[in-house]
Amino acid sequence: MSENSPVEERPTKEDASRNPESTHGDVSVDRLALADELAGSAEGAGRVASADAAEYALRLGDDALVLAQQLGMWITRAPELEEDIALGNIGLDLIGHARSLLHYAGTATGRSEDELAYWRDEPEWRNAWLFEQPNGDFACTIARQLVASLYLFELYGALADSTDPTLAAIAAKSVKEVDYHRDHATQWVLRLAGGTEESRRRMIRGVEVTWPYVDELFADDELTERLAADGVAVLPSTLRPAFESAVDAVFAEASLERPSGRTAVTASGGGRRGSHTEHLGPLLAEMQVLARQHPGASW
Amino acid sequence: MSTPGELGTEPWPLWEVFVRANRGLSHVHVGSLHAPDADMAVRNARDLYTRRNEGISIWVVPADAVTTSDPDAKGAFFESPAGKNYRHAVYYTKSEGVKHL
Amino acid sequence: MTAAAELSLAGAEPQDDEGRALFDELIAKDSRIEPRDWMPEAYRKTLIRQISQHAHSEIIGMQPESNWITRAPSLKRKAILMAKVQDEAGHGLYLYSAAQTLGIGRDEMMSQLIEGRARYSSIFNYTTPTWADMGAIGWLVDGAAICNQVPLCRASYGPYGRAMVRICKEESFHQRQGFEILLELMQGTEAQREMAQDAVNRWYWPSLQMFGPPDDESPNSAQSMAWNIKRFSNDELRQRFVGMLVPQAEVLGVTLPDPALRFNDETGEYDMSEIDWTEFNEVLAGRGPANAERLRRRREAHDEGAWVREAAAEYARKQSLKAAAA
Repeated sequence: MSENSPVEERPTKEDASRNPESTHGDVSVDRLALADELAGSAEGAGRVASADAAEYALRLGDDALVLAQQLGMWITRAPELEEDIALGNIGLDLIGHARSLLHYAGTATGRSEDELAYWRDEPEWRNAWLFEQPNGDFACTIARQLVASLYLFELYGALADSTDPTLAAIAAKSVKEVDYHRDHATQWVLRLAGGTEESRRRMIRGVEVTWPYVDELFADDELTERLAADGVAVLPSTLRPAFESAVDAVFAEASLERPSGRTAVTASGGGRRGSHTEHLGPLLAEMQVLARQHPGASW
Repeated sequence: MSTPGELGTEPWPLWEVFVRANRGLSHVHVGSLHAPDADMAVRNARDLYTRRNEGISIWVVPADAVTTSDPDAKGAFFESPAGKNYRHAVYYTKSEGVKHL
Repeated sequence: MTAAAELSLAGAEPQDDEGRALFDELIAKDSRIEPRDWMPEAYRKTLIRQISQHAHSEIIGMQPESNWITRAPSLKRKAILMAKVQDEAGHGLYLYSAAQTLGIGRDEMMSQLIEGRARYSSIFNYTTPTWADMGAIGWLVDGAAICNQVPLCRASYGPYGRAMVRICKEESFHQRQGFEILLELMQGTEAQREMAQDAVNRWYWPSLQMFGPPDDESPNSAQSMAWNIKRFSNDELRQRFVGMLVPQAEVLGVTLPDPALRFNDETGEYDMSEIDWTEFNEVLAGRGPANAERLRRRREAHDEGAWVREAAAEYARKQSLKAAAA
């Protein structure tokens, strides 16, 4: 075909699969170039995380994995089939984040993502308490999703500028996905808060149940202070103003208020040190049971 | 006359979904779904119909907002173009072999 | 006129000679019937039954696998399984959409399912006690499903065929991931190999039963074939499936649990033992290991989600009132 040919090649995406009429029922498997499965693996190829960066990645990875595990429990139990798919998508994004982060964390000690996920006991987990709180009803899950996704959006947005290229790459990929999680949670908060009397009552209750676990997300400690000084980590407390205004915007539209008075409890937290609520143990027991029955096995 | 499917009795209405697979292509009808409103419909469509990079743009349209041609008049409605061969380039055979025509 | 009214009117008009002639002509030249075409009531009913059963099977079929999402033994397997179960929800929705073009609502189909008035594939009434069941389901159950479904991409009803094209493309990942799970297990420890063989032993015969009764006992098949809904007989597809399994089983190193299974050079087909249809009929009659549990879970999800669905509908109503007032 000459360079000036008026006939262009057909766009490659318009293949037979997208035009069932032309295929008349033939089925083929698309050939396509697969993207990297683990974010940051290209940018950080061969890089070994420092002990501090590994501990930090572990915190973030554990948050994502524990939340993904919870969302996995919704599948086949969601309020509508479309929502089974939506929650599944969010869970899959989170597993992706967890794998990338745990993979990186493991480079410090020569452990794989699966060794970290399946062979650590409860006190070795570093997730914040919010993520291990049970699903409750759909409103509780949505309240937890709202807090988690607004927090993670601010976190990954800032972490994309990390001086650690692996963390920066993981954050840059994750922030786009979490942006959608934020939207999903917001849409449902609006509908539940502005729907029926029952849904509003449940949404208010969901917010009450969730709010005690907000403070822990924004607590600084020695590790984050050290890492933030080097530009590796984001100091959690610096994320709070943006988080608060995002919450304000959603709550204003949904006519919701932050819990106050008797319901405004703050949980002590402690997940970053390995101290957990009673919910994490059973969650890990279930997640790890099969892998631990077969030490050294490959799957 | 609307598309088939919207019965007007379900708790969530039916939406028809159109996906643009790539820049330069039209939106193509891919199926339908249920959603309480347009905002949720476009999100559900993203999760249901573009899990594998099948699209870069989505339209959702309430199924009962689509007007279709009358099926009973099917034959008559599309009869007129038949026989008007002069609308097609292949009708003009005398120019065969002449370049750039 | 609403679509529903029009459809029921179409149903009350069997004397549409012109419509019937067009229908017959389209079927004769292996073209497609589209939703607004005239069609015989029996054709419509057959399709509604078949497509909705198929959709129900996808939705109920999520359960035996979702059983292992929380316990998947690696993060990669967890993600794959979650994506697979999610695809099944998607397939159910594609199919409910296709059925809906025939004039039945998804809420009605869902009621039929949870009230026990509809059928779904019996295979999903078996339980998944081990991780290897995830492999066996992918390899055998999805494999059999693909054999059944690929010809359905050419089904005479347009929306059904189009849904099946989408589904088949996505299913090819399902079967491959199942095969891979079994391969990993067979290349693993003794305990893993035993787990894999045990799962193959349990799923092999039920997967062969998925093709339905033998041709001489399949009363509806002839009409479905005449209408170009069904393209091959049950026994033809079963043979084709076994023919594909045998070399794959060799690659895996698993034994297919049929001592009589061998290729017959004279007939060009596989000889195999008699299928135990009494067990199949027991499961079909609701006495399978998990019939009650499958329906209970679906009913519970539906009932417990009612307040959410109502809330969203109510919110939409209020928003449109607000928009109208503005």
